[in-house]
Formats: sequence, structure tokens, C-alpha cells
Amino acid sequence: MSIWSVRCLSQKFSRQAYILANSRNVLSPAHRLPVNGINRTAHNSLYQMVKKRTLEARTKLQANKYPNNQACMTVPTTTELENVATATDSCELTIPSRATPSYHESQAQFKVACQQVPAKEVLKSSECREPKIDTCRQPPKDPCEEFNRKRREADFGRGPGGPCGGGGDGGKGEDDSFKLKCLLGMLAALLAGGLIAWLMTRRSKTDEHSEAEDQEASLKRAKLSGLITTPRTSAELPQHVPYLIIGGGTAAFSAFRAIKSNDARAKVLMISNEFRKPYMRPPLSKELWYTPNANDDPIKDYRFKQWTGSERSLYFEPEEFFMDPTKLEDSVNGGIAVAQGFTVKKVDAQKRIVTLNDGYQIGYDECLIATGCSPKNLPMFRDAAPSVREKIMVYRTPDDFDRLRRYALEKRSITIVGNGFIGSELACSLAHYSKENGGGKIYQVFQEKANMSKVLPNYLSRWTMQKMESLGVCVIPDATIRAASRDESNIKLELNNGMTLMSDIVVVCVGCSPNTTIASSSGLEVDRSLGGFVVNAELEARRNLYVAGDASCFYDPLLGRRRVEHHDHSVVSGRLAGENMTGAKKPYTHQSMFWSDLGPEIGYEGIGLVDSSLPTVGVFALPSEADRHADNLTEKRSQEDPYPNDGADGDIYSSDGEPIKCDPDDEPHYGKGVIFYLKNDKIVGILLWNLFNRIGLARTIINQNKKYEDLNEVAKLFEIHA
Amino acid sequence: MAYSYCKVFGKDKVIFATKEDHSTPSTIELPAPEPPQSLITRDGEINWSCPCLGGMATGPCGVEFREAFSCFHYSEADPKGSDCYEAFRTMQDCFQQYPTVYNKSGGDDDEDDALGEVMNADSERNGVKDIDELSGGAGAAAAAAAGQITPQTSSAVSKQE
Repeated sequence: MSIWSVRCLSQKFSRQAYILANSRNVLSPAHRLPVNGINRTAHNSLYQMVKKRTLEARTKLQANKYPNNQACMTVPTTTELENVATATDSCELTIPSRATPSYHESQAQFKVACQQVPAKEVLKSSECREPKIDTCRQPPKDPCEEFNRKRREADFGRGPGGPCGGGGDGGKGEDDSFKLKCLLGMLAALLAGGLIAWLMTRRSKTDEHSEAEDQEASLKRAKLSGLITTPRTSAELPQHVPYLIIGGGTAAFSAFRAIKSNDARAKVLMISNEFRKPYMRPPLSKELWYTPNANDDPIKDYRFKQWTGSERSLYFEPEEFFMDPTKLEDSVNGGIAVAQGFTVKKVDAQKRIVTLNDGYQIGYDECLIATGCSPKNLPMFRDAAPSVREKIMVYRTPDDFDRLRRYALEKRSITIVGNGFIGSELACSLAHYSKENGGGKIYQVFQEKANMSKVLPNYLSRWTMQKMESLGVCVIPDATIRAASRDESNIKLELNNGMTLMSDIVVVCVGCSPNTTIASSSGLEVDRSLGGFVVNAELEARRNLYVAGDASCFYDPLLGRRRVEHHDHSVVSGRLAGENMTGAKKPYTHQSMFWSDLGPEIGYEGIGLVDSSLPTVGVFALPSEADRHADNLTEKRSQEDPYPNDGADGDIYSSDGEPIKCDPDDEPHYGKGVIFYLKNDKIVGILLWNLFNRIGLARTIINQNKKYEDLNEVAKLFEIHA
Repeated sequence: MAYSYCKVFGKDKVIFATKEDHSTPSTIELPAPEPPQSLITRDGEINWSCPCLGGMATGPCGVEFREAFSCFHYSEADPKGSDCYEAFRTMQDCFQQYPTVYNKSGGDDDEDDALGEVMNADSERNGVKDIDELSGGAGAAAAAAAGQITPQTSSAVSKQE
């Protein structure tokens, strides 16, 4: 054969290799900021979780997603102040707990939104803090539908302490909605008729071929819905495997990658109690909601659009990548097989035997526990009546996504309980989704003061909450749920602040607890305060037995004993465990990171101990005069919040310590910056606020484990004005 | 006038820094950051753990891929890789059995994505303008066949570390 054909064959590598070689060649010198995420192994390469989190990418994305953003923000600013008083008044009633004097002023600017909404509607609806963007962004939305729905909610929802004022009539609206309903009904009937006709014609054309396809499809469905395990019985599983992984999530898959990279012919068996192949979770609360895929249910392969604009599946690899579990033992080159729908009840670390729930035993040489964690529920929901429980869900899997998406598609109102990563991301995503589809209202209820309060320092947490409100999320902080009850279609939550909240579904996002049920039967230690299996710095629980991911309570030689629940931690710890299972004997030295996105204006990444109970120093970019002028129109609203109740200790100093007078135009705007989290004055955590591709630098600084006299000097390294 | 100022909210301090304020170089000196993983190690060996390989080395044709790529990488034939026909043939045969895993060059974008990411890095850094042509195949293959891969890679690695 000719040399040319060899050349063609080698093209695939050549491309990669050449490009890699080239980019290595021009790597910036130490501490120049990486221009691109090439060293962000976390998302951009291992699983091609490509999120090019540059500002340009985000800006472009914003322009796509929020075409009217600017117009919306600018219009109302001029009239805002005059209307503050009235708007505030009418709104205070609804949310008594928040109308405390100290909060009064800061609330005002959001309540202004009310004046954007027709007065009657405000009075009737239980959600007076409807952001103005809503109204100006989507004029084409059918107002009647929204109107009536709101009224209904308000009627049912008027709790003892939270009436929003008088009734007002909804006659015309009702009329219109009736017409609309008729139209919709007719449309549905037509559609159904068409569908039946289509099905019938299709049926008549059926041949054996498509019947076989049907069978295959139904088999697939049965497998997904948990009716059939893969393989059908545990007896078909091998009796011994060199590498056994308990769990089928991100840490498990990352470990497999590392094992197979270091042991080319490795045979790896994964035992998962899910009925799916390994998939990634971060897009479930983010990207999947932004991907247009209107008619699929479920979305095929859970494909979503990444920041780069390209699509990929939630699944790490396609079905073909995996081997049939029954063929693993005899394969020459090894591979990965996933036993789906099986649960492990015990690991005997001494005999190296894993026992399944049905008693079947599998021997191993090296074993990894990567059982992850399960979402928590609130006791009051757990103990509630079945009718209430069916309106309560947690959020962790693609099935949860499907279920919630159906509610969103049907324009239902959704209440999210909890202020953490999942809850806040989901609230933003749902608000966006609802806006795009003219959907229902999104509420977020939690007992803390503001969003992400465990992670963000107080001032930033509140600022974030305001941003989320401006996205259209009705955020109800400082609230606990006193009781939950049902009418025929809604679930009613009574809050301790007197409010009553009606919605179609409640999503509980109050954290998760590690899956450690096998610990006691296996004689493994669980950390009393952090939870999770206790392992050493090499992620080893016992000899030849490792734990990675959410369920791992590991010893970080730098920052002490930790347990981390983030995607990148699963990647990093899974990889380390996999390497150690092939004999690397490496300790945990590579700090994992995390990221989160809350709407178009907030994206952040963190590394180390990012814990808001620690003292922090944040350095934010103060826009120059010119920038400020340019920004003024769009940013004014957000700059206007002085958090008066923080004012008591919010004294302002110039950088040399002299108190200075603050220009009202200089109200804090936390656009871009870096926040250092300190422990014994050392930097132990870094949060990059709207700054991307700097996590490597942050990691280097954490690894110094040092005190710095002047953190502003450290901040300079991050080029926050770039 | 823009100026830097601080706010204190209890334990949390905030500095607002102007661009001018941050225009002088930082006085902090840091050691070199963790080197990113590369395909070829300092010793010229292939790093199969490199995330840049995506699922190539771990997929169902991982073994075949490794053999072919090793053959190519260590080939001393002229032109480079011309002695690897058999290995490539085996690999290619394997690839064809798993079209959804390996047939990604055209329709599926995962591969392109990873590639695109690296390419972007490339163009941002050294201003390669016709990177599409380079990566598009013909250019890259020609460049690779001209023997640019190994020397460049290894020199880059040694420079970096």
C-alpha cells in the first residue's frame, strides 16, 4: 500500500498530535494567565465537558439567549424612583417578614417592579415582586392566561397574614381564557386525531423489521424504567473481576478511565443501582434547560448545548462504548461493563468479595466504592400524606429532569425549596425556561437570608439574590415551611411568615447525604460529622479498597479532612483512586474545583475551602469612569442596592485607611472579582466571580498555604479588569 | 474620579480596585503552576492518561489505538509511520465496528469540540489564522507527515517543565 494511505489513516492522530504539539509550544510563561482553558482538565477534556467559560463565550451566549436584555433593563430606570413608595406599599403586605424597616429600602427597588405590572394584577397575585423584565421582555405572551392563573393562585393562596389586597374582577380574562381553552381543546383533538390516523397508517405498513425495532425499543424502555436489570440476572455476571467499581456515576467512570489508561487490557465491572449508563449531572440544572428541544420527551440522549455552542450528550460515552457484562470475562482486550440495576449489600475487604443484594458474590483484585449520595428530603414532606407527597420531588437524575420539564412545559408553577447550588441553579434555569415558553411562576423558598449563603459571603449572597429576582425568580428567604396540604391540582405550603404559597410541584433541593449503607455490614468507618466513608490521603479505606466522589471522606494533606460534593471532585478523586488501583500510590494533591452559573450575569468558579463561615476578602473591579458611563444604563438598577441594614458596619475607607465620602454612583457593583477565604490568615479558598480560566492560578495560590500581607497584591495576579 | 475603596461587613472585607490601581505588576512571586497534562511526556513517552485523547485510549479499540499510535510515535521510518500500515489497518477495522464511538469526525461534534478547544487555544496564542485549514485534515496531515510532531512536542515539553 502506498505511503499516502498510511498518511490518511494516521490523520486522526496527526491532527490531534500536531495541534497539541503546537499549543504546548506557545504555553504562556509561569503566571501569565492562561488565555484558554487548556489546563482546565475538569471540564474541558476528560469528559469533553467543554464549557468555554470566557467572557466572549458568555457574552455571545447572552446575546443569543437574552436578545432583549438590554432594552429591558434600560427602559424602566427613569421612572423607578418616583414609584418606589407606592409600589412598596402594595407589596409589603404580601411578604410581611421582609418588610422590616432595615430591609425596607433595599426591597424597594425590586418592588418597583410592581408598578410595571397592572395594578389589579399586583393586588391579586401573591407575588408582588414580579420583576419588571418579565413584563417588558415578553409582550406576545397571552396575558389572560397568566392573569387567571394568578388570580386562582391568589384566591387559594391568600394566607392568614399574607393577603395582597382586594379581589378585583377577572371577568374578561375568564372569558378570554375560556375561548383559549376551547381553541386549545380543539387543537388537541385535531392533533390527537391526526396522531391516531398516522399511527393507523403506520401500523398498516408495519413489517417484521419495524416490529423487531419496536421490541428493541420497548426492551430499552423497560431497562430504563427499572423493570429489567442488565444482565437479566446476577448469575450472568462474572464471578471474579480484576477491577470492580460499586456505583456508576462520574467518580466511577473517571476511575475507569484512569484504570484503563494505566492498564490497557483492564477488565472493569461497574455495579450500578441506576438503570442508565454513566452520565454527568451538572447540565441537569443548567444547560439542559437552555437547549431548545421542544418536542422530545425525553430528550434523545439528553443532548444539550454547551457554552461553545456545540451539542453533546449527558452520557459520557455512547452505548457501544460499553461491553456486555456477560462477555467481560472472556474478552482479550478488556473493557468496561456496567451491571445496571444491581445493589451491593456488603464488601468483604479481607476476602475481597462483594456480595449483591440477592446474595450473588463477585471476587475482585481492586475495588472502588463510588456510591455517591442521595438527595435529602424534609421530614415534614417525608411524613406527609401520599397526596401531598406526589407533589413533592427531589432533583438528581435525568428522570427528575424529565418530570420537572413536563411541569414546566405545561406552564405549571414550581416551588423550589433550598438555597444551594442545585436549588439556585434550577430556579434560574426554570425562570429562564418559563420566560421563553410563557410558563408558570417560579418560587424559591428557604430559611436562610439569601441565595448560596453557605458559599458566598453575606453581601454577595444578597446581591446574587437580587440578580435572581431580576431574572424572574420569586425568591422568598427567611421562610420555613409550616405545613403542606393539597387541593385537586395544587400543593399549598404555609410558611412561617404568614404567606401561603400555591404551586403545582415542589422541588426539594436541600442537599444530599452520602450513600454509606454498606459501611456497617462491611466494617467500614463513616465520618461522624462529615459523613462518607473515611479514607486516607490515597483514598484507601482498606487495602485494595478505595472510595471516591461524594461518598468519600478523605484526608487532604493540605486542607485536612474533607468531603466534597462537586462534579470536578468526582472526576479528580475518581481518577486518583483509579490510578492508585493500578499501583500509583499517589496522595491527594490536585485540588478540585467547582463552578456554577446563575443566569446571564453570574458565573463563578471556586477552589479549596470556599465556605462563607470563614473570613473573606473580596477584591472587585471598580469600572473606570468611561466604563461606568457605558454601563450606567444597564447596570443602574443593580448598582442601586446599598443594603442599608449592612450599613452599620459598612464603613467606607480609602485604601490608605482614611474614611472617604462615597459618591452615590459608586454603590457596590459586584461585577467581576476574586474572593479569598482565610483560615488563620492563610488563603484556603478562592472564588472567582465572573472571572474565567484562572482556576490554575488559584490552585497555585492555595497550594502555597501562605499568609499574604496585602491581598490586593495577590488579587492583581488575577487581572480582574481584563 | 475613580478610586479604590474598602467596605467592611463584619468578617467580610471588600476592596473595589480601579484599573489604574491594578495596572502595576503584583509584588507576589509564585512558583510555576502545575503543568497541564500533555500527550507526550518529558521523556518522549506517550501519556495515555492525557485527557486530550478523550475516549481514544480507553474505548473499545483502545488497545488497537495504542498499538497504532505507539508505532507511529516511535517510528523511525521515512516518511514517519510508513511502517505502521498493519497496526493502522487493525485499528481502522476495529473503529468500523463501533461507529457511534469512533465515527465522530463528520457528524458528531464531541471530538470536534475537544479539538476545537485546543485549536482555539492555538489561534488565540500564536495567531494562527487559517487554523481550520490546519486542523481540517489536509494541512495537519501534511504538517504531521513532514515530521513536525515529535520535535515540536518534545521541545515544548522541555521548555515548559
